[in-house]
Amino acid sequence: MTFGRSRNILWSLAALAAVLLFNLLFTPRFFDLRMDSGHLYGSLVDILNRAAPVVLTGLGMTLVIATGGIDLSVGSVMAISGAVASILITVNHAPVAVVIIVPLLVTTIIGLWNGVLVAFLDIQPFIATLILMVSGRGIAQLITSGQIVIFTNRSFQFIGEGDFLALPFTVTISLLMFLVAFLGTRTTSVGTFIEAVGSNPVASSYTGIPSRMMKLIAYAFSGLCAGIAGLIVASDIRAADSNNAGLDIELDAILAVVLGGTSLAGGKFFLAGSVIGALIIQTLTTTILIRDINPAMALVVKAAVVIGVSLLQSSAFRARLALIPSLWRVRHERTAPEVGAKSLE
Amino acid sequence: MATPLLEMRNIGKRFPGVVALSGVDFLLQRGEVHSLMGENGAGKSTLIKVLTGVYERDGGSIRLDGRAINPHSPLHAQRHGIATVYQEVNLLPNLSVAENILLGREPRTLGKVNWRSMRRRARRALERLNIDIDVTRDLSTFSIAIQQMVAIARVLDISSKVLVLDEPTSSLDQDEVAKLFEVIRQLRSEGMGIVFITHFIDQVYAISDRITVLRNGSLIGSYEAAQLPRVELVARMLGKELTEFQRQDRPHGSSDGDDARPPFLKISGLGRSGTLEPVDLEVRSGEIVALAGLLGAGRTELAQLIFGVIRPSHGTVEINDKRVAVTSPKKAIMLGMALCPEDRKGQALIEDLSVRENIVLALKAQRGLFGSIGRRQQEAIAEQYIRALNIKTPSPEQAVRFLSGGNQQKVVIARWLAVSPHLLILDEPTRGIDVGAKAEVLKLILDLAGEGMSILFISAEMEEVVNVSDRVVVLRDHKKIGELRSGDASITKIMETIAQES
Repeated sequence: MTFGRSRNILWSLAALAAVLLFNLLFTPRFFDLRMDSGHLYGSLVDILNRAAPVVLTGLGMTLVIATGGIDLSVGSVMAISGAVASILITVNHAPVAVVIIVPLLVTTIIGLWNGVLVAFLDIQPFIATLILMVSGRGIAQLITSGQIVIFTNRSFQFIGEGDFLALPFTVTISLLMFLVAFLGTRTTSVGTFIEAVGSNPVASSYTGIPSRMMKLIAYAFSGLCAGIAGLIVASDIRAADSNNAGLDIELDAILAVVLGGTSLAGGKFFLAGSVIGALIIQTLTTTILIRDINPAMALVVKAAVVIGVSLLQSSAFRARLALIPSLWRVRHERTAPEVGAKSLE
Repeated sequence: MATPLLEMRNIGKRFPGVVALSGVDFLLQRGEVHSLMGENGAGKSTLIKVLTGVYERDGGSIRLDGRAINPHSPLHAQRHGIATVYQEVNLLPNLSVAENILLGREPRTLGKVNWRSMRRRARRALERLNIDIDVTRDLSTFSIAIQQMVAIARVLDISSKVLVLDEPTSSLDQDEVAKLFEVIRQLRSEGMGIVFITHFIDQVYAISDRITVLRNGSLIGSYEAAQLPRVELVARMLGKELTEFQRQDRPHGSSDGDDARPPFLKISGLGRSGTLEPVDLEVRSGEIVALAGLLGAGRTELAQLIFGVIRPSHGTVEINDKRVAVTSPKKAIMLGMALCPEDRKGQALIEDLSVRENIVLALKAQRGLFGSIGRRQQEAIAEQYIRALNIKTPSPEQAVRFLSGGNQQKVVIARWLAVSPHLLILDEPTRGIDVGAKAEVLKLILDLAGEGMSILFISAEMEEVVNVSDRVVVLRDHKKIGELRSGDASITKIMETIAQES
């Protein structure tokens, strides 16, 4: 069990590999890549690009879940982010730096608000973030006066449409934020403290760990990530659509975290796992789109894969799987059941 | 003697890996208050749960009024006339007193609840306990004592022969206890058999006719209360004969006569109403002060007050002659204190993290979020303490939950040693760990004090207390009742102090 950390990632990677393998065998031209005027095109590139919002919200969600919480508001926060940016472009004609920084400040403060509700007012995370999940889209609509605000701003559009190093710029953003999260938690004490708070809040407080601060950091970071994801979506469609931006993305983000091996109960977290989880989800979605599967059927397929991955990650389930051959042996050789139990180790 | 009201013979109960009860006899007469005594884990509550049908017994017989019974659920036991009132009142605070008393047995007329008859019956049930209250008010508007009476009235209304009171007084104040005792005496005079469980020795002697002592799941004996001196009772609960103990020499230099040293920690009148009565205490550098007393005497509470886990309602704390306010464990750590709590799993270990991460955790917390410690340095610190404390782990990266209890305890101690505190508070550091590890932990405590660390040592094991400490502070019933210097502290002396009448 010493290598629990890397082992969890291995299971996520195996699941991703399985989905890719399926495509290699059954989806023609899935792995085709072509260069066109310095840009790379293909289903794989498309997956990386489309996965960005779930990768980003998943990173924030990972830290929040590790503290033993949950952030249901990320979708609504994305809508607010896009709404603020669109107004800054169309009404204030603000420079692009302002159009980026102000929405991110706003969403980080929103994240802090969630953190205050959870850490200082002891409101259950589910309820605390549900408040903004429900009201956030209303706030976004107030900002845009209930309109879908359409804009043109070449510099801002680069976020969602631009290419950098032959790949969509969103890939760079995702990678950058992953590094920020990884280095920010693993080269400081932040990661350990978050895990300690999520694993045993009482012992953490006895040890002098600033548990409230850790929760504030996690929720604020989640707000920031959702803000960036909101900018990407708005920039991509060149509009702020308060009703649909980031709709239901909180569920995909939570799913990505869980597929990545982080327990919903809090404690140990795996940022790379969450990224892989997001890629699994996006690969599935893309596969379903390419293969022209009936959309109603698509959700069922997605659910089946999710069940499969979750089962693979369950050590209880793997223990039972491992028992099957030994049970069979026991029946046939009449050996003591202990033999079966031993073989689990 | 007539057939006893309740006769439990040769009761045995086994849980996976533990024998909770073996061959226990318990006899209860009509019109008797019978106290069941023993330390935690002695088997008191298991015996009660066997009697009330919560657990199925593995062996033995239960006879009520001479008839064999086999209670298989609390409801079933209640039908036989065995009623239980638990420590926490388990009634419904948002319903009226009358509804609580008659819940599930509401008098009905033509299928509808007859409220008038319900109120009348509730009043009658309470009258029997000499209590006159408005039965239409919500239960939550009354004090815990009254709620407890309502709980008793409820079980009496079902008409019972045996009443089990499991720690009924732990949340009551003195007047309320007196009131409860009045009720108990009243019921005794009516011929009911009452089983009384409590940690409070004064109360045992105030109310009981007989006392049965259990230890480690076995029967030690049943005695007439009048003929069992308090010291004897304590000795039987702890399993020590009075003559058995000789004080062993302290392996490190005794600190007698060193009282000129200024105390590192000095607390005056520190307490919290309802938790601990005001306590005075001093701990000097290099001194080991032990807190002795029975379980539930308030030792852990005192440690938590000092460490800022619970806030005091009065009293002062001085560190190196400077008055300080310890408002949180974090503050306490900054002031140079460390606490290894009694509940290792719940309050100390971060089970998801590795041995290394657990060891460096307090150091990291002290350095703050960004005062990071490099991985190399962390490994060096972990290795150092794994070697120094002889922690048995396949690797520093092993998740701490896979270690044995003793090694987990050492990890927690190592965590604190890494921040080199001035005062180390150890709450039951040897509980649940094997003999070898126990000896190692005790030796470590002596070594640390030898290096000048102040130690506040809490243990239920009297030998440890006597062997290790320079001074022993004795607590009982959430009160400090005495202080013994290293020269006079013997197990006999400590037990006498615990047993003396207040």
